[in-house]
Amino acid sequence: MTAYLLIILPLVGAVVAAAWPDNRTRPWLLPVVGVGHALLCFWLLVFPPEVSTTAWLGFDPLARAVLPAVSLLYMVCAVYGVSYLKVRAERPNRVFVSVLLAVLGLLSAGHMSRHLGLLWIATEAVTLAAVPLLHFNGTPRAFEATWKYLLVGGTGIALSLLGSFCLGYASLHSGGTGDLTFATLMAQGAGLSRPWVLIAWVLLLVGYGTKMGLAPMHTWKPDAYGEAPGLVGAILAGGVTTVAFTAILRVRAVVSAAGEGGIADRTLLAIGLFSMLVAALFLLGTRDFKRMLAYSSVEHMGILSIGAALGGAGLWAALFHVWTNSLTKGALFLSAGNIRRAAGSASMDAVRGMTVLTPRSAAIFIAGMFAVTACPPFGPFFSELALVRAGFASGHGLAITLFLGCLLFAFFGITRVAFGIVDGRPRPAMRTEGRRFVETAGVILPPLALLGISVWLGLFTPPLLREVWQAAVTQLYPGS
Amino acid sequence: MNTNLNLLIGLAMGLNLIALGSSRLPSLIRAVSLQGMVLGVMPLLIEGVADWRLILVVVATVVGKGFVIPALLRRAMRAANIERELDPLIGFVPSLLLGAGGTIVAVAFASVLPLLPEHAGLLLVPGALASVLTGFILLIGRVKAISQVCGYLILENGIYLFGLLLIRSTPLLVEAGVLLDVTVGVFVIGIIVDRIQRAFDSLDTRKLTILRE
Repeated sequence: MTAYLLIILPLVGAVVAAAWPDNRTRPWLLPVVGVGHALLCFWLLVFPPEVSTTAWLGFDPLARAVLPAVSLLYMVCAVYGVSYLKVRAERPNRVFVSVLLAVLGLLSAGHMSRHLGLLWIATEAVTLAAVPLLHFNGTPRAFEATWKYLLVGGTGIALSLLGSFCLGYASLHSGGTGDLTFATLMAQGAGLSRPWVLIAWVLLLVGYGTKMGLAPMHTWKPDAYGEAPGLVGAILAGGVTTVAFTAILRVRAVVSAAGEGGIADRTLLAIGLFSMLVAALFLLGTRDFKRMLAYSSVEHMGILSIGAALGGAGLWAALFHVWTNSLTKGALFLSAGNIRRAAGSASMDAVRGMTVLTPRSAAIFIAGMFAVTACPPFGPFFSELALVRAGFASGHGLAITLFLGCLLFAFFGITRVAFGIVDGRPRPAMRTEGRRFVETAGVILPPLALLGISVWLGLFTPPLLREVWQAAVTQLYPGS
Repeated sequence: MNTNLNLLIGLAMGLNLIALGSSRLPSLIRAVSLQGMVLGVMPLLIEGVADWRLILVVVATVVGKGFVIPALLRRAMRAANIERELDPLIGFVPSLLLGAGGTIVAVAFASVLPLLPEHAGLLLVPGALASVLTGFILLIGRVKAISQVCGYLILENGIYLFGLLLIRSTPLLVEAGVLLDVTVGVFVIGIIVDRIQRAFDSLDTRKLTILRE
């Protein structure tokens, strides 16, 4: 029952925030709920509850393996949110705070969904809830980004419903009674109608892949991440994409139980490599450092997808990568938000010399850049190393070679933009603008903390987490 | 029962083609709302007996798809004071040909899929596929925000048609599809009317081109 509190607590927080009268004190609800959620989530990580196989919602091994990472990221972003909304005191934040809290509850529900239909409802609700967060800045560019997000994301979510219907219909063929929990679907196994399972897999991969931001369904991502506030970008890139990834993992397990695991893995590998390639090419061309983060997120979703295709050891590495990538991306988005605010622009044509204007944010941004491009000693290095090992061990030498090539190009692209904005002398106009932005502890410590956790995770991966990821692999690959 | 149902599905497929061939926004909205109402009454024909839950779904669908959303679209159209003529990226004749070709492919493709005995002889699967294709053609081939929303509605109608296969076994999943209508509501109310219009002074999505590489 404690697990349901992970959903209820943020939703209650959202209602309280909507009723809270004072614009100045309302943001404090974010860290209160965020810390409560994280404490609860880590309590459940250490002392996992029993989950009955028929439960629609539950803190099962897969939820246990990824939800704490999302909760941790959210908590740090929530602390950052207080300082951020203080800087943006001119804008009313009732809707923003309330919706941001609701998103946490819906994310928890999505991670814990053990039922095909419930999973879809939670994902749909998160998609809709994120809309007011994206156009918080109220600029024409923000509305343009929101429109594209709704159009592409709405189509994706519609296709995933169609895919869910197809999977439901496949289960009726072997005398299914309409019980659409993943456990029942996996138990039906080979009884599922093969043609319908394959159609369902394609539709669900495209649908949830859109939400996750795999190429070529990633087109909403650069716009949305580029125009949304930094902390929204961090939560979208580290939390919402993770729900979609767990959805794909749960569906993949059903498809595999139906005897089509080989096809599922090949499509995941192909779409993962394609995402990395597209991301690497766009990273070499983009001139906007927030859009750069979006393409980097596309690249890392590709990495997750490849990991999921490489069997048990690869999936283990992918779950590890969910943690390291979410936390590192968080540090990058928050520091990039600071730089964007101080510089007044996100284009490297207009921004330079940020080491002078915002020395601390620039330092975190550069360190985060090395982290996200998988340089040691940061977490992503170790998770990607585990993935490369899993790839060679399972005989995917060519795919891993392509993977490493894409990483190299992405490194060139990201360093080009990152050093472009921190190096040199700031323009005279930026100096006056930049003075108004003060690097308080409230906007520096959160990204620094995320970066610290990323290093710690890589160097001293706790044995508990290793076991938890292994348990999730066992849930998704029964019998291996 | 099957003949009546197939007649209605055929009508919905015909409305797809009318939507593709409409050159004016009001007639496109009319085709979409009529299609929504046709779909709305189908559960009654499938189930035969009417319990309160079924009637609730039927009423909600007919009112939502047939009246509320078209009314919102018309209001958006008036508020934004846009030209009624559509200005397609894919011309009307090519869209019609694509739509008709898509319908034939849908029928052929559906015939190779295994159906349960009680669904044999029904046009639900080809109807659903044809509507999804039509929705995509409109989403890609029209530039006005409102006509793209109409495309999305037809796509959604296709998914609803498919959901009717499952209405007996998993009614909850099918009813959850109502949330897609909520998405459309957010599209229309939240974005189009208030925002794009104010910010860009137009509802032409071709003007939404600041963000690109």
